Amino acid sequence: MPKVHVTASINGEPAEFLCDPDKSMLEVLRNTLGLTGTKEGCGTGDCGACSITVDGRLVCACLMLAVEAEGTEIGTIEGMAQGEALHPLQRKFLEMAALQCGICTPGVLIAARALLEKNPDPTETEVRFGLAGNLCRCTGYDKIVRAVLEAAAEMRETVA
Amino acid sequence: MTDVRYLAPRTLEEAVSAFAAAQGAARILAGGTDLLVQMRNGILKPGVIVDIKKIAEMTEIADLPDGGFRIGAAVSGAAMAEHPRFGKAWPGVLEAVNLIGSKQVQGRCSPGGNLCHGSPAADSVPAMVAAGAVVTLQGPQGRREIPVEQVPAGPGRTTLAPGEILVSFTLTARPAGAGDAYLRMIPRTEMDIAVVGCGVNLTMQGGIVTAARVALGAVAPTVRLVEDAGKALLGTRLEDAALEAAAAACRAACKPIDDKRGTIAYRTRVAGVLLKRTAAVAAQRAQGN
Repeated sequence: MPKVHVTASINGEPAEFLCDPDKSMLEVLRNTLGLTGTKEGCGTGDCGACSITVDGRLVCACLMLAVEAEGTEIGTIEGMAQGEALHPLQRKFLEMAALQCGICTPGVLIAARALLEKNPDPTETEVRFGLAGNLCRCTGYDKIVRAVLEAAAEMRETVA
Repeated sequence: MTDVRYLAPRTLEEAVSAFAAAQGAARILAGGTDLLVQMRNGILKPGVIVDIKKIAEMTEIADLPDGGFRIGAAVSGAAMAEHPRFGKAWPGVLEAVNLIGSKQVQGRCSPGGNLCHGSPAADSVPAMVAAGAVVTLQGPQGRREIPVEQVPAGPGRTTLAPGEILVSFTLTARPAGAGDAYLRMIPRTEMDIAVVGCGVNLTMQGGIVTAARVALGAVAPTVRLVEDAGKALLGTRLEDAALEAAAAACRAACKPIDDKRGTIAYRTRVAGVLLKRTAAVAAQRAQGN
């Protein structure tokens, strides 16, 4: 079977690639397109390190075939900052030391952004449940949760 | 180099003929949250992948003229949660579907995949069975409808005929005084596989149960409809004796395995406890409607 030609939008830019039909979106993002911000943790949808959005919907890139990206809008961590200007979530993560090794961080940020788009004023419990699909093995979740709550508060002020 | 083919047909007829033509070498792709894991682990090497998400009927939540719903087999858990009316009519079915995996998994996982994967511990299945959902199947021999509890055949197996594809779930309109609920026992608060799952669907008039269906998951090779538990609740006000009789029927229906998640004795005991708790939630919802 020849490779499949796929046309999609990635972080607002048109993108085209060729892929084998059984390759995951994660493999294509990292190995074909060089977008290595999206990390591979478990590869089985349990850890959330490969979180991306597809047409605005939060998914694990390891659980999606790259051929399914045809005609969709993909959002990855590379599209989160506007040029040099960090997203408020990214800035709060730095200010509040919500990362150590950083492997889980892109996935956590993408999941947190998806959470705040649906729920701009989450409770701590809602943040914890919203990020339950993102595993962190070193920072501990408290700093992450506090940074998300702080970023949410700042984003609400900016909108208001 | 790979020899797998990917097809994304636009019609059900094309999907059925491609699926049937592959004679067992094909796999249906809905959300892929089980299929891709199996492919990665080398458990499955499909020759053909038939993606059904380009077929409108598979991805729609349709309002039926009588007030019921038809849920496409590939509708995601997230899409079901966003529907403005479905969760009000069938809160138990919705909470069960929304227990499948994380938010990321919810973006893709579907009730059709959850059913066809054939796990005895599938969360949405006991809720669908309690709800009396009817599934529509389409295969080379045409279309047919069967009660959802007739689909599972054992761990990883279904009764679907060769070439047959699960199309949708039909849930009826709700009478006044109806409520359903699903609870599962897991040792943590989120992101785990049910040790026991219990779905209860009640209709109540003046505090008396006029219809009851109970289903259990993770306590037998398949999800089970526990008819005796429903009968024990019928005509009662859910007094302690009625709940204990239904709990006993649930324990009697258990044929679990011992594994790292729970022993036979533990799962059996929890099935009775969970029946009482789930019935209480369903009754509260029924009496609020």
